[in-house]
Amino acid sequence: MTQSFRLENVGLINRNKKLSFKFNGKVYYGYEGDTLASALIANGVHLVGRSFKYHRPRGFFGAGVDEPYAIVQLYRNGETEPNIKATEQELFEGLEATSVNCWPSVNFDIGAINNFLKIFLPAGFYYKTFMWPKSFWFKVYEPFIRKAAGLGVASIKHDKERYEHKYEYCDLLITGSGPSGLASAYSAAKNGARVILAEDKSRFGGTLLTSEVNIGNQSGKEWAESIISELKEMPNVTVKNRSQVFGYYDHNMLVMSERISDHLPKTKKFHPKQRLWYIRAKEVLISSGSIERPIVFGNNDTPGVMLSSAAKEYLKVYGVLVGKNPLIFTNNDSGYETAIEFQKNGINPIILDTRKDPKSEIVDEAKNLGINIKFSYVVVAAQGYKKVKSADIAKISEDKDQLGTVENIKCDCICVSGFWTPTIHLASQSGNKTKFKEDIDAFVPGKSKQNETTLGAANGTYTLEETLKNSFETGHKLSKEITKKDNKISFPNVIEKKSAVHDKFWCVPLPKGKNYKRFLDFQNDVAVSDIEIALKEGYRSIEHVKRYTTLGMATDQGKTSNLNGLQLVSKIENKVVPAVGHTTFRPPYSPVSIGAIVGREVGKHSKPTRKSPMHSWHEKNNAVFVDAGVWLRPRYYKQGNESLFEGSKREAKNVRTNVGVCDVTTLGKIDIKGPDAAELLNRVYTNAWLKLPVGKARYGVMLREDGIVMDDGTTTRISENHYHMTTTTAQAANVLSHLEYYLQLVWPELNVNVVSTTEQWAGAAIAGPKSRELLQKLFPKSDVSNEALPFMGYMEGDLFGVKARIFRISFSGELAFEVNVESDNGNFMWEKIMEVGQEFKIQPYGTEALSTLRIEMGHVAGSELDGRTIPYDNSLEGLLSKKKDFIGKRSLNREAFTAEDRQKVVGVVPLDKKTSIPEGSHLVKDSNAPLPNPKLGYISASCWSVEHDNPFSLAIVKDGKNMIGKKLFVMSPLKNKVIPVEIVSSHYVDPKGERVRS
Amino acid sequence: MLYIKCPHCGWRSQNEFSYGGDATVKRPELGKEVTDQEWNDFVYNRKSLRGKHWELWQHLSGCRQWIKVERDTATHEIFNTLKASEEIS
Repeated sequence: MTQSFRLENVGLINRNKKLSFKFNGKVYYGYEGDTLASALIANGVHLVGRSFKYHRPRGFFGAGVDEPYAIVQLYRNGETEPNIKATEQELFEGLEATSVNCWPSVNFDIGAINNFLKIFLPAGFYYKTFMWPKSFWFKVYEPFIRKAAGLGVASIKHDKERYEHKYEYCDLLITGSGPSGLASAYSAAKNGARVILAEDKSRFGGTLLTSEVNIGNQSGKEWAESIISELKEMPNVTVKNRSQVFGYYDHNMLVMSERISDHLPKTKKFHPKQRLWYIRAKEVLISSGSIERPIVFGNNDTPGVMLSSAAKEYLKVYGVLVGKNPLIFTNNDSGYETAIEFQKNGINPIILDTRKDPKSEIVDEAKNLGINIKFSYVVVAAQGYKKVKSADIAKISEDKDQLGTVENIKCDCICVSGFWTPTIHLASQSGNKTKFKEDIDAFVPGKSKQNETTLGAANGTYTLEETLKNSFETGHKLSKEITKKDNKISFPNVIEKKSAVHDKFWCVPLPKGKNYKRFLDFQNDVAVSDIEIALKEGYRSIEHVKRYTTLGMATDQGKTSNLNGLQLVSKIENKVVPAVGHTTFRPPYSPVSIGAIVGREVGKHSKPTRKSPMHSWHEKNNAVFVDAGVWLRPRYYKQGNESLFEGSKREAKNVRTNVGVCDVTTLGKIDIKGPDAAELLNRVYTNAWLKLPVGKARYGVMLREDGIVMDDGTTTRISENHYHMTTTTAQAANVLSHLEYYLQLVWPELNVNVVSTTEQWAGAAIAGPKSRELLQKLFPKSDVSNEALPFMGYMEGDLFGVKARIFRISFSGELAFEVNVESDNGNFMWEKIMEVGQEFKIQPYGTEALSTLRIEMGHVAGSELDGRTIPYDNSLEGLLSKKKDFIGKRSLNREAFTAEDRQKVVGVVPLDKKTSIPEGSHLVKDSNAPLPNPKLGYISASCWSVEHDNPFSLAIVKDGKNMIGKKLFVMSPLKNKVIPVEIVSSHYVDPKGERVRS
Repeated sequence: MLYIKCPHCGWRSQNEFSYGGDATVKRPELGKEVTDQEWNDFVYNRKSLRGKHWELWQHLSGCRQWIKVERDTATHEIFNTLKASEEIS
């Protein structure tokens, strides 16, 4: 295939490097420096996709970020990515892309039947049609719409690419490297400011690359190159291409996506594919330029109809002709620049100018070049289905209402210019209330909301001289305020052609008897008739019209459609455009890949993983791990082919009969020191703490101010003014913040310090009837008898030369101890316990057995202390001090909390003593009652009782104290189970607590 | 993302902080008789203002100090930050 639309010796591409690529399975060639769009056009390919709703053939409309419809599915290095704009994707060797929105192929698209059904697909079609029957939505309508309307297919594979995040700070962030961006960056950089200059495209320079201007004694392009190369050398300047600032957030935080490897066939080793920059800038200079506005006419979506600025860019940057028989349709001088470029390259264009008799240097130049210009002429409709073949044109009356005789002229492309729309998205995102500028028929930024200044075309300044002057001055002024330096740059002499005023014409009337679709929003298939219907149906607010018709929505965010849509609404409503207002521009300005947003926080990197010092021992001994918050904890230690159920039963049984050891390092630990430590505990916990002797531990419950249980745990008095608090694994961080809150804000008079020591101590719980014998062997020098170390006692000991803390506390209902050593000695402690414990048949036990043991003995934990229960519900009311006040006490008087039939924790046993009860099931009186069946309570935790060898659960049940002995039903609609059960005491093992005290 | 000046550490990004609600709420003194209405106001009732608002933030991933921040809830503008010990004027 030859590149028959490629010019010789024109453009900035590298002709020494030819690249092959595939589009829809066919091989083509382009050059390094091409985009996929420019390479396809060079090969005469204009049909790239089908439109969103009507499946009409679609080609290229723009040459960059403004492109509304040349969206492709990209294949690169074994991965696929949807929604890539062909106009932005740089060509690389071996690139593959396919069309989207068409099935079975772009040339024969079944969905195109929608185009002939368009009378049935008006605005709000989806809202109106797919409403009933209700059951059809999920099964019929939605899958069909999704298949027919999707824009590409997301990959479901794990993305192997690496994406990074970077945080950066600067004095000035400048978004866009056109004339205003370069000038302001240069003067600010020369003044010593830290500058980041971001350019969305691969080439710096913006419009300077395509306009015929001179700055100083250089062409615009040469000037841009010299400024950029100087900026790149400056240590206080960061210059980034392929980097789009897409969002302006609070406090001058902007987010930029840098496409590092997307233009390469394959990401280099150790390089990211993309990098997301979070930039906090002192000042932001928005130099994002402007986007050419279309003129609306019949079939203006036909492939071959495109913006005249895009045609010029294809020609001047890529050396590509968008057509060999071009028609230029313009209401201003910009179209002439495109026409002149065609003429200079041996192509004869025809210009249709809606103006009657414009006078300017550019018009004169076109006339002198002998270009065929028809004044007061318009394109009525494009003709041709998959590509423009001709155009229906007509003279238009001075009031722009009447068309003359329609004639048909041959052409292969129509380059449209309806004047320029400033790109105000970033300013609008920052909170800037934009204002309407009459002379350019467009919105420009108004009063700055944050530290943002908009320059050049983005601010509605369309002459180079004024743009450069403002930009040099603004860069200087803002940097001077920051750096206090005053290096002035001399302002260069500018040569540019003066333009005549544009014609405020934007929509060609329909000729009599014709009903051409005239599109406003090319991406979302919104035509003039759709807006008319929406307004007829009573939608008035522009925000409502947007949502009803989808005008300006989706990835395009109204880049080319916004103003013409507003013009239409204001015309029908007989209002001025500023009275209609515009819809809110939302970030991202242009789509950003999910990968870039997620960054490195993927899989195990999404959060830190905390491991206990004994982790490697657990690994070596076949532990099956479970996530406990960010901790990894052994769930059970697998022997042979044992299941979780079998393994945990074995481990729990061994605790009840011999002795077991469990890694409890993950428990939250808070070191509390100071003369008022006891007073703090007395206020935070519900029970009394002032008289706890040194060397004793106490169980405590803490509430939130609303009376709900926050956490529980034991706190030990290590010495006079020193306490060691434990919290549950899950609440450790919250409890610390809670204590800090009260100490810093509520009771600053208390002289107490709190600090987390969770990671400083390794903990092992030794539980079972033989635990004391084992402990004695571990601490031969200490007296660990019941008299010397009673239940809730504490002592320090020497574990084979290692200092240890020994707490006599129990979570299992058995005689039990907890040994803590400094984390570095954790593994030593564990190995010693296992070694010495061998003769007592010690086995390690995981969280599953730990749960079994605590459920059996009715010890409440996270599944009962779930942020909805008060002490009474958990049978902890005995711990509520009547003598003192504490956090949350006053709330316990609430009517609901004191109700006679208040919920309470109970035990649940299935009548058949066999069927396991699913956690989360509901308890009901009558399993056959009509729905909604009144719920009496819910199952909070379930286990297989190793003591009784049958299933046992804890439940929180209404009027729990009077339910013991009652027969109810457990229902789990999720598991489709109905189980008859008996309510028993929650203390299923050793209800008197004799073992823990033995 | 907000940019908050911690009175102890200086300017830091919002992701180092956690939010703590209205800073003007005073906890009734311990042991003091309070009416149901007073207690209800302390625990539950907040003004949810649009505009300037003194609120608490904790510099969680920094100095761990609770601080007072005067912020406009509509625009996110921050006017002032104080240490926990400093009174709101």
